[in-house]
Amino acid sequence: MITLEPRTAPSRFLLILSPVVAICLMLVAAAVLLLVREYINDDTIRTPDQAGLWPVLSAHLDRVARTLYVYFFQPFHEAWLSIVRPSEWLRWFYNPSEVIVKAIPLALIGAGLTICFRANVWNIGAAGQYTLGAIFAGAVALYAPSGGSPWLWLPIYMAAGVLGGMVWAAIPALLRTRFNANEILVSLMLTYVATLLLDWLVRGWWKDPAGMGFPESPDFVDPFLMPVLLQGFRLHIGLFVAVIIAIALFVMMARTLRGFEIRVIGAAPRAGAFAGFSQNRTIWFVFLLSGGLAGLAGAIEVSSTIQQLQPDISSGYGFVAIIVAFLGRLNPVGALFGALVLGVTFIGGENAQIYLKLPKNVTGVFQGMLLFFLLACDTLTRYRVRRIRIGGV
Amino acid sequence: MEAFLVLVIVAATPFLLAGIGELVAERSGVLNLGVEGMMLMGAVTAFAVSHQTGSSVLGVIAGAGAGVAMALIFAVLALSMLANQAATGLALTIFGIGCSGMIGQSFVGEALEPLVKISVPGLTDSSAVGRVLLGQDLMVYLALAMVVAVALFLSRTRAGLGLRAVGDSHDSAHALGISVIGTRYAAVLFGGMMAGLAGAHLSLARTPFWAENMTAGRGWIALALVVFATWRPMRLVVGAYLFAMVTQLQFYGQDWGLPVASQFLAMAPYLATIAALVIISRNVALTKANAPACIGQPFRADR
Repeated sequence: MITLEPRTAPSRFLLILSPVVAICLMLVAAAVLLLVREYINDDTIRTPDQAGLWPVLSAHLDRVARTLYVYFFQPFHEAWLSIVRPSEWLRWFYNPSEVIVKAIPLALIGAGLTICFRANVWNIGAAGQYTLGAIFAGAVALYAPSGGSPWLWLPIYMAAGVLGGMVWAAIPALLRTRFNANEILVSLMLTYVATLLLDWLVRGWWKDPAGMGFPESPDFVDPFLMPVLLQGFRLHIGLFVAVIIAIALFVMMARTLRGFEIRVIGAAPRAGAFAGFSQNRTIWFVFLLSGGLAGLAGAIEVSSTIQQLQPDISSGYGFVAIIVAFLGRLNPVGALFGALVLGVTFIGGENAQIYLKLPKNVTGVFQGMLLFFLLACDTLTRYRVRRIRIGGV
Repeated sequence: MEAFLVLVIVAATPFLLAGIGELVAERSGVLNLGVEGMMLMGAVTAFAVSHQTGSSVLGVIAGAGAGVAMALIFAVLALSMLANQAATGLALTIFGIGCSGMIGQSFVGEALEPLVKISVPGLTDSSAVGRVLLGQDLMVYLALAMVVAVALFLSRTRAGLGLRAVGDSHDSAHALGISVIGTRYAAVLFGGMMAGLAGAHLSLARTPFWAENMTAGRGWIALALVVFATWRPMRLVVGAYLFAMVTQLQFYGQDWGLPVASQFLAMAPYLATIAALVIISRNVALTKANAPACIGQPFRADR
């Protein structure tokens, strides 16, 4: 009989190896899935006495290989050259820079979630906090005088985003600490409420009078656009914000009493209580922190890639950031790498949709499979697989 | 009013089906947050099979099967491989949203004949009460029958007692010789089947078409309903019909002249869920009375 035997301490080597193995397994599973899809969609009529299985299968395999190439490797590589041609030596950088642009909000939300999950607090409504951040920051951008100094207005804009996220995250924190209401369900329900609120705003109060009836706010103008790092690219200073915050959170978790408190409360709440740590205080802290970061991500995203408010601004970042946090080993700096991996799946999905007419939902399938494999691999970091012989009593 | 009540009964059915399945899983000590994903897979599979074969019975069976298949992924990861249940459930939902969208892509815009409504001669058409209560599709009655069956199973049978024991103290149940993992597998797969049926009812009866993400959070509301019902089957019925009324508000609110934007009416089910959670959860004695003590904890037999 095969059994799992707990390790005395998790293997550090396997802890790092596990995401790598999970990504490889996801690639294999993606290939199988695409092959099945090829087979189902293949309309060529085959008769049994034709040349046999191999030519058909090899044609399918060829297409699958090309799809995987476009999906997972082209994001590191030249593409979209017909659209953008900044300069010859920089052109290889366009797709990787787009991956980083996609990774910035994911890294911000994911880094906050690593702290939450460490505290064993399940904030899965990050998408709602992200949306509220975008709404609060959007209010600043729409009502503030134009032409101000970015040194003054960008910090105010981002602070508004943080505040919006915190306000939304405070609701589940309050209901959990005061009334013991399940934070998973409350934070998730608020995601739907936030989306409807944004929908109402961009179809009502904030609708662009010059928008030809489209449900969208006026375009954001100068002090409220994230400065880009390179002419002709969309890569913006949010990159520095994300990296600095990840490092700061890493230091907080590793070197400060607050970080220790969060880890103790998450791992052993009773032990934490004896040490004088308050579970409620931790819940408030991690919710406000992760909500604020999700709000900041929302503010940054609408001022960089979207540049206005629309009904749909989140493209599922709330759930994907959960994968980012796990892929980053619940470590804020690790979340930066996790965000890059998930960024590749988004950009690859967009490329595959454009070039190969692959449905956009394939991205979600791959992302879900990645988390499945990661969770399975993580079992091996905490347990040893042993074969035991069952004896008598 | 009659039309409103008919719609409420139809809208309550997915809540009842998914809720009773999750209730059984939770009573065995497993928190499966993947209800939304399982429902979506059930909905798309049921629609696809009905559309291809022309048989709604096959569609319903296929929807249940898809739910079971999804639940099996969860069970292997969370029960056999001891993965974190919350994370595994979320992965199931992410996967289900993506996978159902991919399968359903070619069915967007297609329509089906809705499930046949029953008619009892002499009773259904004679009065408004008859039309509301006796003129629904069979799954409506199946859902109610399942709730009663689960209530009887949990409170009156030996296996039901075993299932509750596994949920309340898996170590004691294991020492008594009950198969903890086996019981939990059965409960989780039952939950998946019911979630699949709930999805099938959405795409075959309520709105007989497929739309991406058509569950719109109903799976999550079903999870909240289990808390609202304090893990007791018969209370689930009350909760499901209350919530169904709230969800129908957005369609009737404007007809009734409520001076509120449609978005705010659409928020009502989500806000009501939060309010219900708060009202129930603040009463610790009520929540603790039936809440399974081992919920969310992985079990590993160490001897």
